[in-house]
Amino acid sequence: MKVTREGALDRLKAALGDRLIAVHEKSPKRVYVEVAAEDVAKTSRLMADDLGARFQIATGVDTPTAIEVMYHWAFDRLGCVVTIRARLDRKNPEVESIAPFCPAAEWIEREMWELLGIRFRNHPDLRHLLLSDDWPEGKYPLRRDYQA
Amino acid sequence: MSFATRMLARSLNVFHLAGSACNNCDIEILDALTPKYDLERFGITLVGSIRHADLILLSGIFNKKAAIRARRLYEQAPKPVVVVAIGGCPCTGIIFRDSYNWDGPPGEYIPIDAYLPGCPPKPEAIIAAVIKIIEGLRSGELVPKSESEKARPVMTPAPKPAEA
Amino acid sequence: MAKRTIVPIGPYHALQEEPEFFKLHVEGERVVHLDIEIGYNHRGIEKLSEAKDFEETIFLVERVCGICSTSHPLACVQAIEEAGEIEVPERALFIRSTIAELERIHSHLLWLGLAGHFLGFDTLWMWAWRYREDVLDILELITGNRNHYGMMKPGGVHRDISPDDIPAIRKMLDGLRGPLELFRGAVEDDPLLHARTQGIGILTRQQAIDYGALGPTARASGVDIDVRRDHPHAAYGLVDWDVITRENGDVFDKTVVRILEMFESIRIIKQCLDKLLTVTGPIDSNPPVVKPGEGIGHYEAPRGEVFHYIRSDGSNRPVRHKIRAPSFMNVPTNRETVLGATVADATIILAAVDPCYCCTERMAVAVDRQSGDPLWAGGDLIRMSREKTERLRKETGWEGPRLPLEGRGIR
Repeated sequence: MKVTREGALDRLKAALGDRLIAVHEKSPKRVYVEVAAEDVAKTSRLMADDLGARFQIATGVDTPTAIEVMYHWAFDRLGCVVTIRARLDRKNPEVESIAPFCPAAEWIEREMWELLGIRFRNHPDLRHLLLSDDWPEGKYPLRRDYQA
Repeated sequence: MSFATRMLARSLNVFHLAGSACNNCDIEILDALTPKYDLERFGITLVGSIRHADLILLSGIFNKKAAIRARRLYEQAPKPVVVVAIGGCPCTGIIFRDSYNWDGPPGEYIPIDAYLPGCPPKPEAIIAAVIKIIEGLRSGELVPKSESEKARPVMTPAPKPAEA
Repeated sequence: MAKRTIVPIGPYHALQEEPEFFKLHVEGERVVHLDIEIGYNHRGIEKLSEAKDFEETIFLVERVCGICSTSHPLACVQAIEEAGEIEVPERALFIRSTIAELERIHSHLLWLGLAGHFLGFDTLWMWAWRYREDVLDILELITGNRNHYGMMKPGGVHRDISPDDIPAIRKMLDGLRGPLELFRGAVEDDPLLHARTQGIGILTRQQAIDYGALGPTARASGVDIDVRRDHPHAAYGLVDWDVITRENGDVFDKTVVRILEMFESIRIIKQCLDKLLTVTGPIDSNPPVVKPGEGIGHYEAPRGEVFHYIRSDGSNRPVRHKIRAPSFMNVPTNRETVLGATVADATIILAAVDPCYCCTERMAVAVDRQSGDPLWAGGDLIRMSREKTERLRKETGWEGPRLPLEGRGIR
C-alpha cells in the first residue's frame, strides 16, 4: 500500500497514542514530531520498516533545557522530510540506539556520542569516529559549555 | 649551500602531504600536472613515498590527528628537503583558525621554506611558485631550513598498535 | 620528453604510511574484513559555524569540500531560507542550478579521471581532466574562481550571469559533447574496462537501502532516489531532465551512471540558460534578518544528498548548524562491497563511491588476517590494480579504452 503523508502521520499517532508529545506540520514538505526518549526506538522502527522512509541523518543539539536529538527521515516519493525529535536529560543524556536495525545510523550515533556526550544504549560499536582516541573524556565539543 | 641542495633543483621529486584539506589545493596540484599546465616539463614528478621526496607540499590545516603523522613523515624524509605550504590553510589555518580540533599551523612543528597563499592558489600560481623555488635553489638564495639537520633522517619509532 | 613516472597519491591520498584509514583484512589475496577509520579531516566546522553570521557561514561551508563547493552552500542557504522564511527570486534559481550542474560535470570528470588512473588508463585520466579544465574556465568566467565560487547567499546569489557570457557557456557545453561521447564509448564498449569493473564491488539494492546510500552509489544499485526530482528545489522542478539508474550495483554501473548524468547536466544547464535570457528581475531578495526557526536544506551533490539543518533564533548567527555530506552514508557501504574481492580490485572498489574525503584522506592498508602485520600500503594497492590491468591486457590482447591520440591532439 502506498504511503501518503497523512497516512504516515496517522500511523505514527496510532502507534504512540497519548505518548505522542507534539506534531508540527510546518509545511507540506516538513513535519516535526516530538516523542519521549523511550519511544525513539519504536518510532524509528515504524519509520524504517513499516513506512519505508529513508534515514537521512540525526542531529544533536545542546539547549539550555535539554539535549535534543532529531532523527531526519525522508519520504522521497512524497517530497517530505519527517523529523522525530526527543529531548534528553542534560545531566544524563541517554537513548536507545537505532543502529541494530538501522545500519545507516551507526556512524552518526558514534559522532553524537563523542561530540555531545549522548549515550546510545546497545550501540554495536560505540567508539570514537572523528576525534582521536585519546580525546579527554567528558569533553564534548558541541556542548555550549565546552572549554577547549 | 650543500651539494645535495644544489642538485635538488635539477629534477624535483615532489611528495604531496595533505592534512585535513578540503582537497581543493590537492586537486589544483594534480591539475598542474595535467596537459593544460604540465608541470612535468620542468622535470617535476610526484612520488609515492616520502623517502624519495625532494620537496614536500603541505595542504590543509593538519588537525590534531593529522599533525602527529605529519611530523613523523617529515622526519622520515631524507634531508635536505624543501617544504612548501600550499594554500591558506597550512599558512595560517585561515577560516578554521578557531577550531577545537586544531593546535596550530604545521609551521610550528615542520620547518617551512615557502608559503603559497590562496584558496586555492591557481595552477598558474603553483607553477610560478615552483619556478621561484627552483631558481632560488639554483642561485643559493633559498636554503632549505632542513639542510642543517643530519643527512640521515631522524626516525621516531612508529607507535605500537595499542597506542595509535 | 621526461619519463612519466606518475605514482600520484591523488587528491585523496595523504599520509601514506601511517594513518590507517581503510584497513583491509586479507587472507591470501582476498579481502575478508574492512575497518574504516576517519577523522583526519575533522575541522569542527559545525562549531565554527556557530560563531559566524549567516553570510560568513556560507564561505565556511564552501570549504567543507573543494569539489562540492557549490553543493554545501546550496544546501546551506536553502536551510537558512527555510528557517527564516526567506523568498528567492526566480532568476536566482536558474543561476543556482547552472552553477550546480557545471560543478556536477567537473566533479564527475574528476572521478572518471581518477578511476582511469587507478585502473592503469592514464590516458583516460589526462583526457578527463583536460576537458574538466574547460568547465573550470567557464566557472571562472562567471564566478571569478575555478572552485570556491562564493555564489550562494541566503536570499539568492551574489553574481548574475551576463547575457554576454551565455554564448561562451553554450559553446563550451557543445564542445564537451564530443569528448563525453568518447568517454561513454570508451567505457561502454571496452572489454578490458568491463573485465576490471563489471561484477566488481557489487552493492545490492537492499544493502544500499540499509546503509542509506546516496547518489550514483545508490542509483547504480537500482535505488531510484534523486533529491533534485524527489524534493524539488532551485530550478530542478522547472526544467526537464531524467534520473539515471542502473541495476547491478557494480563499479561498472557506478561509472555509467556518472557518465550519463553529465549528459543530463548539459541538458539542465542549456534550459537554465534559455530561461536566463527571458526571466528578468533581481538575483537577491536581500533579507534583512533571518527569523527564528529551523530549516532543512538538501541538495543532490555529485556524490549524493548533502543535508544541512539550521536553527536560528533571530540573531545573525546559527544556533545550530548540522552538516551531513553524502560520503558519510556511502563510505560505510565499502564494508560490503569489498568483501571477497581481491586486493588488486580493492582500490577501484573503494574509489567507486567517489568518496569526498574531506572527511579524511583516504589511505588503504591491507593487513594479514592472522598476524595483523601490514602487507601492502595504499601505493601498493594502486600498483596492484594497475598490474592486474596489464596482466589482463597481455592475456586477452585487449587494448583498453580507445582514446585516439592522432589527429585530435590535446589542445
